[in-house]
Amino acid sequence: MPELSRRRALGTAAALTAAAAAHTLSAPAASAAPAASHHDSPEPFDEVYKGRRIQGRPASGPMHHHGDGFEVLVDTVPLHVMRNADGTWISVVSHYAPVPTPRAAARAAVDELQGAVLLPFPAN
Amino acid sequence: MTVRKNQAGLSADEKRHFVAAVLELKRSGRYDAFVTTHNAFILGDTDNGERTGHRSPSFLPWHRRFLLEFERALQSVDATVTLPYWDWSTDRSPRSSLWAPDFLGGTGRSRDGQVTDGPFAASAGNWPISVRVDGRTFLRRQLGANVRELPTRAEVDSVLSMATYDMAPWNSASDGFRNHLEGWRGVNLHNRVHVWVGGQMATGVSPNDPVFWLHHAYIDKLWAEWQRRNPRSGYLPTGGTPNVVDLGETMKPWNDVRPADLLDHTAFYTFDTD
Repeated sequence: MPELSRRRALGTAAALTAAAAAHTLSAPAASAAPAASHHDSPEPFDEVYKGRRIQGRPASGPMHHHGDGFEVLVDTVPLHVMRNADGTWISVVSHYAPVPTPRAAARAAVDELQGAVLLPFPAN
Repeated sequence: MTVRKNQAGLSADEKRHFVAAVLELKRSGRYDAFVTTHNAFILGDTDNGERTGHRSPSFLPWHRRFLLEFERALQSVDATVTLPYWDWSTDRSPRSSLWAPDFLGGTGRSRDGQVTDGPFAASAGNWPISVRVDGRTFLRRQLGANVRELPTRAEVDSVLSMATYDMAPWNSASDGFRNHLEGWRGVNLHNRVHVWVGGQMATGVSPNDPVFWLHHAYIDKLWAEWQRRNPRSGYLPTGGTPNVVDLGETMKPWNDVRPADLLDHTAFYTFDTD
């Protein structure tokens, strides 16, 4: 399984980098929250979960309509998320199991990925 | 005439023909086009925007047409093959013959979820996961790990007894038969089965697992059972609904078929129980 080992190694390296970066980045992200969010937008987050950096923030890219203006990243790769009518969230790697928040969707994605890299999704 | 049979009753020969036809579609590249189409609709269907394949009234006719396309592709390889269905309310164990090495193969190993037996195991070399959302190229499953129980027959019956096909707002918040069958509300039938299987089946690229077709063939059969139980109930809505496919509107991506054209499955196939 050389392929898998290499991917795992890459994942670990990315996680270590993210862990170092998270300490410096989490504070500014949190302080920027009030200005960036509107009344119904979820709280931004930036944390290391199971060795991987997960981030949630108001969207800047073209995918904003699916997440209601919110985007989620795993090790800086965008994770396609969607908000359901009842306020719950799903992602493309856990599409049939709604969770309460985008942070929970990011954590569920990390659980699902078992260290694998997320692939960027095409804009549509 | 095409007869769709319960997978539990297939002969060894029928299983062999089905598997061979699926593998040939994979080899030729036609299989992955179905995965791509499904994921595009999964990503594009939203509760407050345009919605066609999922979380909307057309969930059922859209998947009926999608399965018909797939079944026709299989039959172009082997005219004797039809889509079997998986009644997960009866065959509810990872020890079911569905998951045996002569058919779909079993659950994934604990380390990485990789399926290690059957014709779709990565080690057999015939089933690369090409349309994917992460770096893993092998088929994965975790049968029963993410949710313990498949739906029971009593839960299925409770949904089949809902007399209204669908209701405003025609999305994942709706009451009525369609959304309870899809699983965004209530006891949760269709969605829960995706989660129970795990692996790619729990993701937007769920048709990467051939059990996708057997699951949806049974969801499709439940629609037919619901029609039989509720003969005075029809597809809704019937007109003028923004972002939603009304009874007489055409559906993407085909643009040549309306829900109205797909209500009667006997125009295309029958079930072994019909």
